[in-house]
Amino acid sequence: MAKTIEIENLNVFYGNRHALKNINMIIPENKITAIIGPSGCGKTTLLKCFNRLIDNNEGVKVTGKLLVDGENIFDPLAEITHIRKKMGLVSQRPFPLPMSIFDNIAFGPKIHGEKNKAKLTEIVQKSLQDVSLWDEVKDRLNTPASRLSIGQQQRLCLARGLAVEPRFILGDEPTSALDPISSKNIEEKFIELKTKYTLIVVTHSLPQARRIADYVIFMYDGEIVEHGTMNDVLDFPKNERTKEYVFGKIS
Amino acid sequence: MIFSLIFLVSLLISVIIAVLIKGLPSLSWQMISQSPVGGYYMGKGGGVLNAILGSIYLASISTFFSLIIGLPVVLYMNIYKKGNSKFSSFIRLSMDVLWGVPSIVFGAFGFTVMVFLGLKTSLLAGAITLTIMILPVIIRAMDEIFKTIPQGMLDASFALGATRWETSIKIAVKQALPGITTAILLSFGRAIGDAASVIFTAGYTDRIPYSALKPVASLPLSIFFQLSAPVQEVQNRAYASAVILTIIILIISIISRILYSKYDKHRVNG
Repeated sequence: MAKTIEIENLNVFYGNRHALKNINMIIPENKITAIIGPSGCGKTTLLKCFNRLIDNNEGVKVTGKLLVDGENIFDPLAEITHIRKKMGLVSQRPFPLPMSIFDNIAFGPKIHGEKNKAKLTEIVQKSLQDVSLWDEVKDRLNTPASRLSIGQQQRLCLARGLAVEPRFILGDEPTSALDPISSKNIEEKFIELKTKYTLIVVTHSLPQARRIADYVIFMYDGEIVEHGTMNDVLDFPKNERTKEYVFGKIS
Repeated sequence: MIFSLIFLVSLLISVIIAVLIKGLPSLSWQMISQSPVGGYYMGKGGGVLNAILGSIYLASISTFFSLIIGLPVVLYMNIYKKGNSKFSSFIRLSMDVLWGVPSIVFGAFGFTVMVFLGLKTSLLAGAITLTIMILPVIIRAMDEIFKTIPQGMLDASFALGATRWETSIKIAVKQALPGITTAILLSFGRAIGDAASVIFTAGYTDRIPYSALKPVASLPLSIFFQLSAPVQEVQNRAYASAVILTIIILIISIISRILYSKYDKHRVNG
């Protein structure tokens, strides 16, 4: 498998709390990797490392390396906006920006220097088509994004991430606030998108991991306990803790 | 509970009625279109145009200053630092203490600064003093709004590769805009209604303001002087000035309501 992200001895401390312990792993390209584990095990912390949103937490210390295409993103000289541009983020709840639908999508390309109106229009249309939202909103691109339904907002947020042409898509329990139909929509999009992108999705739901994931990482108490293909981890777990979690004893 | 409510409403109504009954008979077109004739203290003729303009200048300039000083502070507290960091809590505490300081203390402080800078009583000195006085008001009012911006919205902007500056100006300020207009109004109201901080610093004059370095009149002070005059007619004029001050504040409130609903359109409920 082609490797795109390599993590070497990554440790994260919040003050005295050791939140991630010696993480070592490889994320394969054009696949969906799901991160599962009980609450507070460090799934979201790990996800926040990929786009360095973790920097915004006060008193946080990170050691080790996280290599994206061979470049360590925790290098003090690494340019943070450049790193984040490569990573699209879909969060737990959709957070549309306080502007119109059009501007929500155009915001990313604009801050990265795209000024051409025709080009922006084209990006907006393409991004919205990629998430199957175009037909629903094409007549009201100038209305505030907050008027969309929550499921539409989540697809808008995905489209907004796609508009800056990332290589990776990070999902932080992206369907946990959505109704079943909207969740299914997002899951289908994720599966479609893996032909062009590499996806890393934190999920609370094992059935969801089963439906979408190619690879699964099981985390417990800040450590990676088990890592492998979806079938290996979910059907034939080797570690005792993984067994307990997967077969429903701890949650 | 219901009695407190009735008490509150009747108090408000009786204040307005008292001011209107005493003020309306003396209120005339002359009152708002002319400067005082015969001196502000004893004069029965002319109007209080000097004080109306003086107050509007003082309040507008100080609100403007406090906004351009206060907004970066609030952005630093909430976007650059975490809203609940030690630094932000310290600023918040300091502002709460400053908010409680009586305005005459700011007046005295402003006077000391004036003497130190060699400034005479003037529009500029008054505006600087008022700026210091309303800074805690505008900072705390805006801070409360910025605190309500969901972290997820800021993270969404950061995740797209936006810098803190871009996130501050294009996202946070936009989301907080309705609240910012309210904060501006609150500060403007505080500034235009205060007498104690301008009495030593802005001074008083019969002339319409014409220079930043010359004294200006203000409505609260004109009410104060007219009310302390030993002539009944002049005292009645104080109530007319009070009516004018109340109407100005009312107009500002209405404008801010209109702006609020205009800017509220894009705000996302967090």
